[in-house]
Amino acid sequence: MRQSEEDREKLGAPPAHDSYLTDGTTVMSWLNTRDHKRVGVMFLAAVVFFLFLGGVFALAIRMKLLYPGPFLFDALTYNRLFTLHGVTMIFLFMIPAIPSAFGNFVLPLMIGARDVAFPRLNLASFYVYLAGAVLAIWAMVHGGADTGWTFYTPYSTTTPTMLFPLLLGVFVLGFSSIMTGINFIVTVHTLRAPGVGWMRLPLFVWSIYATSIIQVLATPVLGLTVLLVALERVLQFGIFDPARGGDPVLFQHFFWFYSHPAVYIMVLPGMAVISECVATFSRKNPFGYKAIAFSSLGIAFVGFFTWGHHLFVAGQSVFDNGVFGVLSMFVGIFTAVKVFNWVGTMYRGAISFKTPFAYICGFLFFLVFGGMTGVALATVALDVHWHDTYFVVAHFHFIMVGAVIMAFLAALHYWFPKMFGRTYHEGWGLVAASLIILGFNATFIPQFLLGNNGMPRRYYQYPEHFQALNVASTAGATLLGFGFVIIFIYLLIALRWGPRCEQNPWRSKGFEWLTESPPPTHNFDRIPHITQDPHDYRTHAPSGVYADV
Amino acid sequence: MSEAAALPPGEHPARGADPHLAHHFSSLERQVDASRLGMWLFLCTEVLLFAGLFTGYAVYRYSFPIAFAASARTSEIWAGTLNTVVLITSSLTVALAIHFVRTGRQRAAVVCLLITLAFALTFLGIKAIEYTAHFHEHQLPGRYYRFEGVRLPGASMYWALYFLMTGLHGLHVLIGMSVLGVIAWRTSRGYYTPHYYVGIELAGLYWHLVDLIWIFLFPLLYLI
Repeated sequence: MRQSEEDREKLGAPPAHDSYLTDGTTVMSWLNTRDHKRVGVMFLAAVVFFLFLGGVFALAIRMKLLYPGPFLFDALTYNRLFTLHGVTMIFLFMIPAIPSAFGNFVLPLMIGARDVAFPRLNLASFYVYLAGAVLAIWAMVHGGADTGWTFYTPYSTTTPTMLFPLLLGVFVLGFSSIMTGINFIVTVHTLRAPGVGWMRLPLFVWSIYATSIIQVLATPVLGLTVLLVALERVLQFGIFDPARGGDPVLFQHFFWFYSHPAVYIMVLPGMAVISECVATFSRKNPFGYKAIAFSSLGIAFVGFFTWGHHLFVAGQSVFDNGVFGVLSMFVGIFTAVKVFNWVGTMYRGAISFKTPFAYICGFLFFLVFGGMTGVALATVALDVHWHDTYFVVAHFHFIMVGAVIMAFLAALHYWFPKMFGRTYHEGWGLVAASLIILGFNATFIPQFLLGNNGMPRRYYQYPEHFQALNVASTAGATLLGFGFVIIFIYLLIALRWGPRCEQNPWRSKGFEWLTESPPPTHNFDRIPHITQDPHDYRTHAPSGVYADV
Repeated sequence: MSEAAALPPGEHPARGADPHLAHHFSSLERQVDASRLGMWLFLCTEVLLFAGLFTGYAVYRYSFPIAFAASARTSEIWAGTLNTVVLITSSLTVALAIHFVRTGRQRAAVVCLLITLAFALTFLGIKAIEYTAHFHEHQLPGRYYRFEGVRLPGASMYWALYFLMTGLHGLHVLIGMSVLGVIAWRTSRGYYTPHYYVGIELAGLYWHLVDLIWIFLFPLLYLI
């Protein structure tokens, strides 16, 4: 507390006044806001809802898989559930989760800007997201689809389920993603405060910038692809229909040209969060700042040339398989660069083991194991054995649930005081973190074993000798669910009754902590002049001073 | 992208002078740079949207070279050529409109924008005549293909791509027309000045992209 008051005096800032939360409390003041912080909070509420929805679908799937034979619901319902689980988690939760919720909130603060470059476009992005979500929900309520989230042709062009509105929903959600991406790239280029050069950008900003490039360049191709499938269903143009000379594998190329980079749209923001949290909770300057920054761009770049590893058994040539396999392994190199640098940042740091740090540990474990199994899967000969088995399911859940959810929860706990000016119960935080990390391992490690033993993914029934591992997996998923419920309860309590915190409860030297918590509507009374690198813990001086601009 | 929001406390009073300057930008130049960069990024997404269809064209042209060449010869080449001339000329009139706004001749700019809109309408009119002829001859995609002139496997795929590519392009012409309409109305109301004309510039960029995509579509669908 004392330090933050000193900071404030040194910075010559005026006393605390209305925060963005109290500046207008009517519903309309939120729905019609141009404030990037309010848009971020609205996105956060929406993605948490869809995390819950996707989680319920996942638990339903796991409950069915307790028994090898028919149980609880029929095979068609099972197919619908895993499709809705995938679509909800990927398009409605994971892609917008960190960039649109936390990125929106902290990115302008981190570069000393008053808002994103296009505030109206930012709000539009939220409403376009809602429109896409409504279409998707409408499809779910009217029977859902049974193709899996990958919409593979020719099944997707012939299934009688409600695929059309779901495809339209995905198409519309793509626009929201593009809008956010364009906004962030332009914001980083044009709204950096004095003193924030490119080599002084917080690592969070670097990773989000790389993510935005993928969002802008890959999403249009997905838009076109789902549009083609939708048209194919209605008009039967024959683009993907072999009977009319079309090629269903072309669909797979189109689809994965977006959907593999989309994995990096999901995981790069996670890496962004971890880069910030590692420095803060180790009280040490980021080790290998440039290596972490440029490896983000490296992943964004290489990510565009790896899609073929989804087509190893789809009749691709042996040469293509080899090339795509090797290119995919480059992602492993860039990821390893980051992992070693994070660990290097922790080394001999003054670590404070708070809840976000627990999630950092979980993140590193899941990212390393998910990443290594990914390199194994990029090896063609091994992939032929594991393709479309639970091994693949476990691998991408390690990255996309393990790593991304850990980073999401780390961000939620790390920036909770920044966003709402209150603190949560640290003890419960650690309890929930342990439950989640434990539950997650219990859910997905058995799935690695199941897949290696030959259990295919997306099957309604399985041979009886797989039951023990399936029961273990379901038990883990239940534990995971409990962890989320605990977090939800104590964060809701903290939101209403949590003790008010000081400006910078973590004593972080990230730039977003230079302003009050919660920040005032215009972020800074005067634009700060940044005088240090981000997370420079070698001095006690504040990272910036307020200058008249 | 401009909005005249209330000034935050402690803000420099001189900033209030320009109604185009948004509260979060330090100068109008910076704000205009941001708008331009945003537009170029948006144009990138448009290029990638069409890139999927161009890829599809390349793949199926490679699979059915003879059917594609034969089908392209039955397209209305006079209409394609005329439309190319119409669109390139409309790009010139948009460029002239930007030039006139920059030199303070608002009325000439409005006239140029209206001529551009007329060209766009002409383009769509010619396209409609072409479409009608194709419907009449059953030169249609997929299962609707019943054209007697070319009976080769893959001919229906040519028409699928023809309608997808020209259809998506036509949709962009429509969007461009609405944007140019709004810009023309704003120009006639004196919204743009020789110091602030980024809106009309961005609309021009978009129109040039629509033009450019047609320049690729024309040889692929009519000439080769």
